[in-house]
Amino acid sequence: MSADLPGPVMVAAGCGGTGRELEPYAGPDGLVGLDLVTRSITLDARAGGPGPRVAEVPGGLVNAVGLPNPGLEHFLATELPWLVRAGARVFVSIAGSTMGEYADLARRLSRAPGVAGLEVNVGAPDEVGAGLFEVREPYHSASVIAAVRREFPSDRPVLAKLRPDVSRIVEGARSCHEAGATAVVIGNAVPAAFPDGRAGGLSGPAIAPVALRCVAEVHRALPDVPTIGCGGVHDVRSANAYLDAGADAVQVGTALLHDPTTVARLRAALAPGPRNDSRPAPPEENR
Amino acid sequence: MPDERGPARGSVHPSVHVDGEVVATKRVGGYRHLTLTAPGVPERFRAGNFVAVTVAGHVARRALWVHRVRASSAFGPTLDVVVEARGSGTAWLAAQPVGARIAITGPLGRPFALPKDAVSCLLVGEGYAAAPLFPLAERLRERGCAVSLVVSAPDEARLLSALEARRSARSVTVLTADGSVGQRGTVADHVDDLVRRSDADVVYAAGPHAVLRSAAGAAERAGAWSQVAVETPTPCGTGLCHGCPLPVVGEDGVERVVRACAEGPVLRGDRVRWDALGDDR
Repeated sequence: MSADLPGPVMVAAGCGGTGRELEPYAGPDGLVGLDLVTRSITLDARAGGPGPRVAEVPGGLVNAVGLPNPGLEHFLATELPWLVRAGARVFVSIAGSTMGEYADLARRLSRAPGVAGLEVNVGAPDEVGAGLFEVREPYHSASVIAAVRREFPSDRPVLAKLRPDVSRIVEGARSCHEAGATAVVIGNAVPAAFPDGRAGGLSGPAIAPVALRCVAEVHRALPDVPTIGCGGVHDVRSANAYLDAGADAVQVGTALLHDPTTVARLRAALAPGPRNDSRPAPPEENR
Repeated sequence: MPDERGPARGSVHPSVHVDGEVVATKRVGGYRHLTLTAPGVPERFRAGNFVAVTVAGHVARRALWVHRVRASSAFGPTLDVVVEARGSGTAWLAAQPVGARIAITGPLGRPFALPKDAVSCLLVGEGYAAAPLFPLAERLRERGCAVSLVVSAPDEARLLSALEARRSARSVTVLTADGSVGQRGTVADHVDDLVRRSDADVVYAAGPHAVLRSAAGAAERAGAWSQVAVETPTPCGTGLCHGCPLPVVGEDGVERVVRACAEGPVLRGDRVRWDALGDDR
């Protein structure tokens, strides 16, 4: 593997605010050493969608937040330096409306001090990422990853965040890995609808079995492709389910909205374990 | 107006996530008042802050205004919240008995800015959301401000009692839409007159968007400052999810969308883009 994988516990994109809001709950070390994926950053600022952006459903949340972010310039000038100073290992989630935008984002972030790696958002549920480059086809996702990889130093990870669609996930993971993704994050919110029919994405414990199935399928078909499980992780048991299915790390998202101390508890419970010392991921037979 | 709110959160008095306990509960009209212990929260509280609580079986949090803080009691420091049972989550909260444990995060959000000088202040609130005006009135009185308090509601059952606030307020006005108690009418009907009569330098408002908007408008027409506590659904309450958009005009004159929970809930009334925010009922 070309780069150190993060983990075993990461903060998922879009669920850590700007980082500052998480710090009071991040435990005795604050954000120091925490693998944090930022909310998705686009070249230009996005105001995000209208309210209500989030609806509660049994076992999860439906959201159509719409990727609000201040744009790359502002992020580089304010949010990123703060995160770096706070000691976080910053993985910048990037989203673009064209392949060129993804490449631009990757190039400029490659020069920014303190960026540990990138996470390429190629799995936003329909409509939520309205205006984004169409990456539902594995071929297109792979093209984006290749464009990003060309602009970003090979010694730092590029993660591909894919939607947990079990019918396409193995193909998507293979394509993205072949295109240069260090690991694949499985998955994103599942395409869903608000009670009034508006399009959104479902996250939380409700989607854990779906994402877990996807991780297991990818691990079975592509044991050499590192995976990061994301979906419904809220305690040690739900995190271990992914790790036992072959994931190298997990991301905590919606659970932070329910209990902002979740990542601190999981880091304390999982960090010193043998899995953490075994990076990069061992071959399957050792697990 | 000088802004003495200081850092929003995270540096001097970071918020905490703690295990709280219900130590008293009583029904008052259409609402349930809960007294809670929440170690560290009352000590850090400033008027206008809110708390987010966990509801069993629900992923999203419930945000609650703080009605009163006691620095000491038989249970140690406590805070009072007012719950209106409007859905399954708030119904669960309202039903919690003494001794129930509830995870509480707080204090959250930016509090009311307090004037440096002993100026005249009009406080206008409606329904349960008027709660943050009560600790505010105490703080203002400590600073020597002349406090005029207006509590309004659709009807008597949804009126927060102003009895205890009479210690802090120079005058108290009660409004109900149906005239069941106090003067008949809404905040919008009376607010210009109230601002004039109280000779207010600052108008503080808490309640539904329509109340905030009319209070902010009256303040502007009278040349007074306004501070409004905006209530909008906050899925996490902590600023993590960006799920509570609040359209504002920044101090640089640029329109943007901020988080009600993190950059709010208290904002200058003339900074809120009311048309874009819409109605909350």
